[in-house]
Amino acid sequence: MLKEGQVRIPAGCAISGIMNKKGEVFSGRDIIKSIAVMHDRSNGLGGGFAAYGIYPEFKNHYAFHLFYENKKVKQETEFVLNKLFNIELAEPIPTRDVSSIGKAPLIWRYFAKPKANQIQANETEAEYVVNFVMKINSELEGAYVFSSGKNMGTFKGVGYPEDIGDFYRLDEYKGYIWTAHGRFPTNTPGWWGGAHPFSLLDWTIVHNGEISSYDANRRYLEMYGYKCTLQTDTEAITYIFDLLLRKFGLPLDSAINIVAAPFWSKISRMNPEQQKLMKSLRAVFSSLLINGPFSIILGSTNGFMALNDRLKLRSLVAAEKGDNLYIASEESAILEICKNPDKTWAPRGGEPVIGLLDGKESLYCFDETQEEEVVRHSVAL
Amino acid sequence: MKRVYAREEYCVGCKLCEIHCIAAHSKYKNDLIKTFKKDTNPPVSRILVEENKPVSFALQCRHCDDAPCTKACIVGAMQKDPETGIVTNEEDRCVGCWTCILVCPYGAIQRDERGHKVASKCDLCSENGKVPACVEHCPNRALEYGEEPFYLAKGK
Amino acid sequence: MSLNYMTPAFIIERDKDRCIDCQVCVRQCANEAHKWDEEEQKVYSEDANCVNCHRCVVMCPTRALSVRRFPLEFRYNANWTPETIRAIYLQAETGGVLLTGMGNDRPYPIYWDHMLLNASQVTNPSIDPLREPMELKTYLGRKPDFLKIKNGKLLEDIPPQLELDVPIMFSAMSFGSISLNAHKSLAAAAQQVGTYWNTGEGGLHRDLVQYGDHTIVQVASGRFGINPDYLKAGAAIEIKIGQGAKPGIGGHLPGEKVGEEVSKTRMIPLGTDALSPAPHHDIYSIEDLRQLIYSLKEATEYQKPVFVKIAAVHNVAAIASGIVRAGADVVVIDGYRGGTGAAPLRTRDSVGIPIEFALAAVDTRLREEGIRNKASLVIGGSIRNSTDIVKAIALGADAVYIGTGALIALGCHLCQKCYTGKCNWGIATQDPQLYKRLNPEIGAERAANLLKAWAHEIEELLGGMGINALESLRGNRLMLRGIGLTDRELNILGIKAAGE
Repeated sequence: MLKEGQVRIPAGCAISGIMNKKGEVFSGRDIIKSIAVMHDRSNGLGGGFAAYGIYPEFKNHYAFHLFYENKKVKQETEFVLNKLFNIELAEPIPTRDVSSIGKAPLIWRYFAKPKANQIQANETEAEYVVNFVMKINSELEGAYVFSSGKNMGTFKGVGYPEDIGDFYRLDEYKGYIWTAHGRFPTNTPGWWGGAHPFSLLDWTIVHNGEISSYDANRRYLEMYGYKCTLQTDTEAITYIFDLLLRKFGLPLDSAINIVAAPFWSKISRMNPEQQKLMKSLRAVFSSLLINGPFSIILGSTNGFMALNDRLKLRSLVAAEKGDNLYIASEESAILEICKNPDKTWAPRGGEPVIGLLDGKESLYCFDETQEEEVVRHSVAL
Repeated sequence: MKRVYAREEYCVGCKLCEIHCIAAHSKYKNDLIKTFKKDTNPPVSRILVEENKPVSFALQCRHCDDAPCTKACIVGAMQKDPETGIVTNEEDRCVGCWTCILVCPYGAIQRDERGHKVASKCDLCSENGKVPACVEHCPNRALEYGEEPFYLAKGK
Repeated sequence: MSLNYMTPAFIIERDKDRCIDCQVCVRQCANEAHKWDEEEQKVYSEDANCVNCHRCVVMCPTRALSVRRFPLEFRYNANWTPETIRAIYLQAETGGVLLTGMGNDRPYPIYWDHMLLNASQVTNPSIDPLREPMELKTYLGRKPDFLKIKNGKLLEDIPPQLELDVPIMFSAMSFGSISLNAHKSLAAAAQQVGTYWNTGEGGLHRDLVQYGDHTIVQVASGRFGINPDYLKAGAAIEIKIGQGAKPGIGGHLPGEKVGEEVSKTRMIPLGTDALSPAPHHDIYSIEDLRQLIYSLKEATEYQKPVFVKIAAVHNVAAIASGIVRAGADVVVIDGYRGGTGAAPLRTRDSVGIPIEFALAAVDTRLREEGIRNKASLVIGGSIRNSTDIVKAIALGADAVYIGTGALIALGCHLCQKCYTGKCNWGIATQDPQLYKRLNPEIGAERAANLLKAWAHEIEELLGGMGINALESLRGNRLMLRGIGLTDRELNILGIKAAGE
C-alpha cells in the first residue's frame, strides 16, 4: 500500500488549541484531556500536538525533530545537518511505552544554529532553514523533519492523540500555546510523518477538512520552491501561510482574505479603497484561495489564529476565560478543561479568531529584515 | 392602439408573412398544407412584401386613426371599431366598388375577386385575439406588434 | 468546354405531399439550389448547388425539405476515399489551392472526451449552486508576485486586468470575414454577460465603439484599421501572430467583400483585396515581439493588457514562455481545430497540435519556470461545451475563447463555405441581402443565452467537485482523470488515469 506522500489521502479530524496571552506556561495535560473528549472524531491512525515555549534553555536554537526509518538514513541526515548547522545537543526524544502505540520510528531532536558561512548572500536565515527541511524531506528516503522552529516543537505519530500525548510524555512539558490534532484518515498510511500537526519553522497547523482546491494550491506553491511531499492539505496550508506571511510579508488580515476570501457580492458592498484591495488580493492570489471544508489553527511563537472556510463547512468553537483563549472542533472539548468560560462563540465562515501574546502585533515572528517598503500589519480581534 | 410595425433592416424577403396570412384567413385556419393544397380558392394575402433588393418590408393596413376608407365606403361596410381601433371590412355588405382602394394612402387594400367581389384588408387577426399571424411567424423579428413603433419604444 | 467531373455532394429531398410551392426556399437559397419553374408553377432543386447549410430546411413552413449526402458511391477503397478523389478532380480542373472554411474536421482524437471530472462524496461536501454562492469571476492580466500593503491600503496598483463574469470570451473574427450584424450580436452579448468580444483583424466599426469596454481590439500582420483611437477604444489589445486553423499562413479577404463599410473600417480602398502577410514584417524574432508589445503599451499609456495569440504548434511551450518574458499580459493559444473564414484545406487539416496538449504543456512549462502568474493563459480552438471549459481550466487555462460555438449560436450550420461569401445565415457574408438575415437583437440574445447556459453548467460541475470559486479549479489537475489514453499522453496532460 502506498504511504502518505505517494498518494493523497482524505481525512476527517478533531482539533483543539489553548493559549495564554500573558505567555505563562502550563503543562500538556489540559490539551490531552481536551482532545481526548473528541476521541470519536479520530480513528487511531494519527494524532499529534504542537507546543510553544517548551525549550526555554535553547530558545535561540532551531529545534529539529526528526523521524528515521533506519540508522543508515540517520547517519546520512546527520552528515548534512553537521555540514549546515552547529549542533548544540542531539538526543532521542524521550518517550514512554504505551500499549496502544505500535512500532515507532527512531525519533530524535537536535538543537542547532546555522553555520553563518553556509548561508547564501541572497538568502535569509529562515529560507536557509526551509531549504534544509525541504532537502531532507524530499531527497533522503526514510528521514523526515517534522519540527523546525525555535523554542517550540511538534510531537506526533500513529495512534489516538491522547495516547500519542502519553507516549511523548507531554505532561512533563510546559508551554504557553498548545494545539492538538486527532485524525480520521480514510485508509491506512501507517506512517508517522503523515500525522499532524504539520510544521515549518515556527509555523504549525492543525487542520480538519478536505480541501477541494488542493492541486491548484499545490501547483502555485511549487512555483515558489515548496515541495508538497506529503500531498496533504495541511502541508499545503502551512506553506500558503509561510509564503504569504513570511516570504511576501503580507499582513495577516490580507492572508486571511486570500485563503478565505470574501465573496464578490460582499466585496461589492465595501468602500472603494477596500474594494480595490480585495480585488487585487483575489486577482493576484486567486490560486491560494482554500476551497472546500476546513477549520484550522495556525500557531506561531506570537500566538495563534483559528479560521474556517468561507462557507463554514466544518465545526469550530472558540471561548475565552481570563487570559486564556480556547479553540476546538466541539464545545465539549473546551468545557472539559474550562468549566465556565467568560465567553463562547462559533466564528463565522472566513472570520478568524486571532490570539496574540500581549505586546505582539502579528503572528509573524521572524526578525530578518525584509524589503523596507513591505510593512507588516495585523488586526487583533 | 396596437399595430404591426415593419423593420425593413431585418426583413429577409422570405414572404412567410404572406403565406401565414393566407392560411390564417383560409377556411383551413392555420393549416398551411390544406390551405394551399385543398382550398381551391384561397384568400389573398392581406400583407404584401414590397421588395427592391436588398430593401424589403412587409406592408399592411395601418388602421389609421382617421381612416379615409371608412369615410369613402359607400355602403358602410368599412368601419373602425371605436374600442379596439381596428378597421375591418364587413364582407357581406361590401359591394366591391373599390372606392376604399382608391383613397387608401398606403395601398394596403386589395381586390379579392373570389366569388363575391370584396375589398380585402388586414384585420390584425382580430378574430384570433392573439398576435397577428404575420408577426408570429416572422423568422427575424422584422414585424413587431405593439402600442408604438419600435424606434420610439427603444428610445425610452 | 470539357466535361466537369464534379458530382453533387448533397441531394435535396422534397416531400411533395408537404411542399406547397410557396418558394420560401427559392428566396432563401443564395446558392440557387432551389428554383422556380414558371411554366410548371413548381419549385425544383439543383442538387449540385446545395452546400447543406439547412437554411431552406429550417425556413420551410411545412417541413417539406431534407438534405442528405448524395448517394453516388465510388468503388470502395479505404485508401482513395471519395474526398481524396474529388479533391483531385477539382484541382485538375482549376489548378488551384483547395480552400475551406471553419475548423479541422478530420477524425483525430478529441482529448477533451478522454478526460473525466471528479465529484465530492462523503469526505467533503458537494455544494449546491442554487443555494450557495458560486463564483466564476476571472481576472486576466499580469499579476505581480506580491502586493505592498500598508494600514489596510494598497500602496501600488496592480497592472491592468480584464474582469470576466464568465470565463468565456468570443474569439477574434474580423469584420469582413463575418458581417457587421454578427459583430453587433457578439458585442452586445459580451456586454450583457460581462465578458469580451474580439474585433479580429478588421478594425472596429464606428457603431461598435459603444461596446469598447467589452472589446478586445486586434493587431495582426495586415494592420487593418489600426490607429491610436482604435487601440484606445478597446479594453485590451491582442497581437495575433497565428491562428489554429492556419498556422504560418496569412489572410486574404477578397475585394468583393470589401464594400463601403468594410473599406472604411479597415481603412483600405473600396473593392481591393485585403492581404494579411504570413508573418508580421516587423516581427522576425522574439525581441521584435517585445518591441511591438511595448509600442502598444506606450500608445495606450500602460492602461490596457496586451494579449499575444499564437497557434498551437510543436514547440508551443517554449514559444509561450518567450512571449511571457517578452512582456505579454495574456498568452492565447489556438488549437488545430480552431475555425476560420477561409484557409487552405491542407494546412487546416495537417498543421498544428491539439489544444489539450498545448495547454497542458504551456501551463506546466510556465509553472516550472515560475512565471505562470506573470501572464494569464487563454485557449481556444474548438471549445464545444461547458465540460470542455471546465477541463481546460482544470488543465490550467484562465479562460477560453469561443468562435465556432458562438457562430453556431447565431445560426451557423457548419457548411464550411464561409469563404464563398454566400452565407445563408447572414454571418460570413457582406451581401446586404444576406447579412440582414441576422437580426443582432436575436443574435445577441442567443449568444448571451449560450454563455449563461454554459455558466450555469460550469457552476453545477464546480459545486459537484466541492468548489465554489472557479480559481480553485484553475490548474487543479487532480480533478481530472484520463480514460483510454496512453501513459505518454497522460504524462503530457499531467493527469492520472481513471481508477488511480
